[in-house]
Amino acid sequence: MSISINPDKCTGCETCVTACPFAAIEMRDGKAYITEACTVCGACVDACEFQAIDRTEEAAKPAVDLSAYQGVWVFAEQHKGDIASVSLELLGEGRKLADKRKAKLSAVFIGSGIRDKAAELIAHGADIVYVADDPALKDFNDDSYAAVLTTLAKQHKPEIILAGATAIGRSFFPKVASTLYTGLTADCTMLDIDAATGHLHQTRPAFGGNIMATIVTPNHRPQMATVRHKVMKPAARNGSRTGDIIDVTFKQAGTVRTRVVKTVEELTETVNICEADIIVAGGRGLGSAKNFAMLEELAKVLGGAVAATRGAVDEGWIAYSHQVGQTGKTVCPKLYIAAGISGAIQHVAGMSSADVIVAINKDPDAPIFNVATYGIVGDVNEVIPAMIKKFREIRG
Amino acid sequence: MNIIVLVKQVPDTAEVKINRETNTLIRDGVPSIINPFDMYAIEEALRLREKHGGKVTAVTMGPPQAAEALKQAVAMGVDDAVLLSDRAFAGADTWATSYALAAGIRKIGTFDLVIAGKQAIDGDTAQVGPETADMLDIPFVAYIRKIEQVEGKKMVAERLMDEGYDVVETTLPALITVVKEINEPRLPSLKGKMKAKNLTVTAWNAKDINADDARIGLKGSPTQVVRIFPPAPRGNREMLSGSIDEQVGTVAKNLKGQSLI
Repeated sequence: MSISINPDKCTGCETCVTACPFAAIEMRDGKAYITEACTVCGACVDACEFQAIDRTEEAAKPAVDLSAYQGVWVFAEQHKGDIASVSLELLGEGRKLADKRKAKLSAVFIGSGIRDKAAELIAHGADIVYVADDPALKDFNDDSYAAVLTTLAKQHKPEIILAGATAIGRSFFPKVASTLYTGLTADCTMLDIDAATGHLHQTRPAFGGNIMATIVTPNHRPQMATVRHKVMKPAARNGSRTGDIIDVTFKQAGTVRTRVVKTVEELTETVNICEADIIVAGGRGLGSAKNFAMLEELAKVLGGAVAATRGAVDEGWIAYSHQVGQTGKTVCPKLYIAAGISGAIQHVAGMSSADVIVAINKDPDAPIFNVATYGIVGDVNEVIPAMIKKFREIRG
Repeated sequence: MNIIVLVKQVPDTAEVKINRETNTLIRDGVPSIINPFDMYAIEEALRLREKHGGKVTAVTMGPPQAAEALKQAVAMGVDDAVLLSDRAFAGADTWATSYALAAGIRKIGTFDLVIAGKQAIDGDTAQVGPETADMLDIPFVAYIRKIEQVEGKKMVAERLMDEGYDVVETTLPALITVVKEINEPRLPSLKGKMKAKNLTVTAWNAKDINADDARIGLKGSPTQVVRIFPPAPRGNREMLSGSIDEQVGTVAKNLKGQSLI
């Protein structure tokens, strides 16, 4: 594929220059010129009022025989034998994709002492579960997890493989995609499949959530994607479903290069913010560590987790693992209470897809109110205690 | 210790805005910066060099202007800089970018460690680090928040996970990506700025790094962007009024109505 400018039609109006999301069009001698930053996304083709820009779709030859690849796979993540909630979301989404393609849904389950949980994956929609259960797979390891999945994928040729966009999924999926020479799309928030061609339309936010991009892997298989937590609907459980559990033996190839010496769980609250349905977040507006601690009480009343802006983390009020935003985590809870947060775009990028946002700020012009569902103008040090009291009443 | 730092020049996404009428990005006057996560990678490389000796080389793939990012790295104290630039690299996705970076790193020669930022703020994929490691056939460890020890051909570091952290031991050479928690990047020194000013950045094209034409740029990229559009605007917002108790009461009623609390 390529983008070309027809100099006879180009009027030099520069509309395409502003339309290009990648700043890949320059003016040279009064005509538009496509630079090497071009990703052939086609935004300029739609923007040009003079039909002066063409996107030629050369019939690129598939790198592999696409029809040899069938079925939808999900990587079922587990922690100490507990199936991660994102895995159930993947099964829910994977089931839909597989049904549209009239194909099977399989789960790949990797760990140690986990085999008895495989039936749960079937109850949640999998037709086949490949279980690699081995003491050597107890801790997450990029090399061994990638080896298991790569070997299976080469053997069975799935059309699609999905993982959660978690610390683990985003760490080892790229290695699998690199080895298989195929496309991987990170942190998708929407998936759809072309029932005829099997092309997976993978939509994800980019530029800090300022734009959405839909990406396909037209000529390579399997099509791989990581999916953002809490966006897809989890699969319902049906204990009467049946399926095949297939044991996979793990063989250590070569020497062990990395190993986990120890694992430390250090979140002060019970909930990982990426998993939380309710998040109470605070920014510099809280003013002090003591005031920030009120948020923990509010979170406790609501059964939620505490998060923070970069500013609050830099003040030392809470650990970096709680930071939401561009240089922290991206969260997608049902309810996000933003207390004393101004709403800098770096923070908003990490939380703007929450279902409901309650913003509390004493400045009525604070940008956080632009993304808020409910805005309370007031001093957080009065509002938070009032909320704790009120919510406690409601929840009894 | 020979260290390679992967750097990317990105638009400051905090400054990028969407024009809601035309659904296009407003990039006028948006400055280019070094990807913030890469600043931590540069700083960590410099600290390791100060402790263990050796050399730090910054590498980037990008258009000729990306040399500016490398000069900034040199101003901070990086010894050497390599720019991979060729029109044939254009339109590369993470796979084809990693392929070119791996080829460039091989040409640089022997190294003990490659450090990159956790992800770039324009693409947010976090894939180029691990894919490059795979192509170099070296171990990869993500999200490093602290390097505890480097001894001989071994390194022990803390890897930030979703629910805490792991202490991970890896053989060297390895490729790691780092998170913000690891350090506080230094400002450029006057000496560094002078060095950067007079520096001619080494520039290599696809041929210089022996890249296979079929595996670089758009042609070598398994993924294709087919559509770009603005995110759906959020629903209506309601600015509440009344006393604090009244406002809190209204919120509580609404949240309860939606079964959120």
